Amino acid sequence: MKIARQAAAGSLESSDILVTMAPGGGEVEIILTSSVENYYGDAIRETMRRTLEELGVTSARVEAVDHGALECTIKARITTAVRRAGEEARL
Amino acid sequence: MSKLCKTLREAMERAGLQNGQTISFHHHLRNGDYVLNMVLEAAAAMGLRELTVCASSVFDCHRPLIGHIQRGVVTGLEASYISSAVGKAVSQGVLDKPVVFRTHGSRPADIMSGKTHIDVAFLAAPSSDPEGNCSGKYGPSACGSLGYAFADAQMADRVIVITDCLQDYPLAGASIGEELVDLVVKVDAIGDPAGIVSGTTRMPRDPVALRIADLAAQAIDAAGLLRDGFSFQTGAGGASLAAAEYVRRRMLEKKVRGSFALGGITGYMVDMLQAGCFQAIQDVQCFDLKAVRSLREDPRHREITAIQYASPWAKSTAAAHLDAVVLGATQIDLDFNVNVHTDSDGYIIGGSGGHTDVAEEAGLTVVAAPLSRARMSIVVDKVLTVSTPGSSVDLLVTQYGIAVNPGRPELRAALQSSGLPVKDIRELRALAEAINGPAAPYRPPRKRVAARVLGRRGEEQDAIYTVQ
Repeated sequence: MKIARQAAAGSLESSDILVTMAPGGGEVEIILTSSVENYYGDAIRETMRRTLEELGVTSARVEAVDHGALECTIKARITTAVRRAGEEARL
Repeated sequence: MSKLCKTLREAMERAGLQNGQTISFHHHLRNGDYVLNMVLEAAAAMGLRELTVCASSVFDCHRPLIGHIQRGVVTGLEASYISSAVGKAVSQGVLDKPVVFRTHGSRPADIMSGKTHIDVAFLAAPSSDPEGNCSGKYGPSACGSLGYAFADAQMADRVIVITDCLQDYPLAGASIGEELVDLVVKVDAIGDPAGIVSGTTRMPRDPVALRIADLAAQAIDAAGLLRDGFSFQTGAGGASLAAAEYVRRRMLEKKVRGSFALGGITGYMVDMLQAGCFQAIQDVQCFDLKAVRSLREDPRHREITAIQYASPWAKSTAAAHLDAVVLGATQIDLDFNVNVHTDSDGYIIGGSGGHTDVAEEAGLTVVAAPLSRARMSIVVDKVLTVSTPGSSVDLLVTQYGIAVNPGRPELRAALQSSGLPVKDIRELRALAEAINGPAAPYRPPRKRVAARVLGRRGEEQDAIYTVQ
C-alpha cells in the first residue's frame, strides 16, 4: 500500500502506542520512543517492520510513541494508521 | 526569652545551625509541603553548606532540593521514600554521597538509639501555641496525625516548630508538647491544602484491580483470619485500597468485630470503624480529609508515633499485632523479594516506607498487583532492588491467580481447599512472558552506588546504582 498522506492511530495512554504515518522517501524509516526501550525496543521495531511489510508498505516515515503496548496492539495501530494514510483503492 | 521568632532565619540562627549539620523533616504534608523548601531556601540565603537532610519522605514538591544539592547547600540525604522527581536526580548521580534509605520503623529506631543524630528538627505544625505545643488536627493545613515527627522532636538537639496557625497558650489537644520545643515560627502557609491530603480517596473502578482485591479478601478469609479481633492494614491506592472494600463486605456478612485498622489511614478505614468492623484505628499518617476529621473527633481513632507503629527495637508495636496487610509492588521475584524502590530501568521512584516493617511483622502479608503493567511483568527472575525480603511475604495475588510462598505450605493447602486459584510463582512468571513476549535481558550498569538500602535492623540490604 502506498502512503499518500499523514495519518495517526493509537493514543498516549499506558499500554498503548501512538503511530503517526507519513509518506517516505523510498524506504521505511522508523522513529520509536518507548517507555520499555531497554526491554522491548528491538522487539517493537521488528513488529512494526514486519507489519508494514505484510501490508506492502515500502516507503514511509513512521513515528511511534509507545507506553508499553502489547504486540497485538502495535500491529493493530500500525494497520489502522496505514489504512488511514493509504491511497484509497478505486472501485 | 520568648520562643517565638519573627522569621525562619532568626529561628535557624538562634538554633545555631552550622555547616555540615543534619536537619530533619516529616512528611505529613505530603506533596503539598512548603516547609522543607522554605528551610533550605533560608539555609542557602544564610550561606550554609554541606547539610544532611534527614526526611521521613521526599515528594515531587521538593524538586528545589535538587538545586540545593547542585550548589552544595545539601550534600547528604536520608529518607524512607523518595518519589520520582528527586529520585531521578539521585539516580543520575547528583549526590556524591549515597542516599541512605531506612524504613518508617527503622528511621525512628535509629534516631532514638542515637545512631542517627539530628542537630535541628523542623516540625511542620498545622497548629501550635507560642511555646510549641502543636498538633496536626487543627488549622487550615490540617494533616491529622504527626506520627513520624515524634522521634525527631524527642531526640534532636534543637526543635523548631513552623506553623501557619498560631493559637493561644495552651493548645488543647496538642500531640507534641512544649517541653521538647526550642523555637516557634509563624509563617503564612506551611503547605498547599490541595497537595496535603486528597479530598476523598476514591475506590478504583478498574475491573482488574477489583478482581485482584476480591481474590486478596478471599485469601485472607481462607487463611482463617476474619474472626473477632481481626486487625488489618492496607495501602491507599489501586488493588490494595480496593481490598479494604472486599474485606469490609466479608466482615459485615460474617458479623466479625475486628480489633484495629493500622497505617496510613483513608476514609475507607474510617467507614469500617463506623460500621463496627473495628474497635479502633491506630494512625501514623492521614491520607484524606475524612481521616483527618475522624482523628480530630472520634476518640476511637488514635494518633500513634512511628516508633509505636513499627520500630524494630520498641518493647511492642502496633505492627506486631497486625493479622493481615495488603501491600503493593513494582516488582516481585521468584523468591518473593519485593521491589518498591526502583522502576524497571533502575530509577528511584519510591522506597519502603512502612512496607518492609509491616510485611515482616504481620501474620499474613499479601502483595496485590496486576500481573503486568504496561508490558512489564510484575513477576521477575530477580528484583532490581530488594526493598522487602521474600521471607516477609506470604502471598502474591494477581488477576490470574495467587502464588504462595513455599515456606507456607499450610497456607497453600488452606487456599486450595477453599477453591482459590493457587499457582506456582513460576507459572505466573511464564504466563506474563507469554502475554508480553520475551523481554531482552537488561540489567542497569553497576558503576557507582546512588543509594544504600538498609534493612529494618540497619543491615546493608541492597544498593541502588546510578543510571546513565
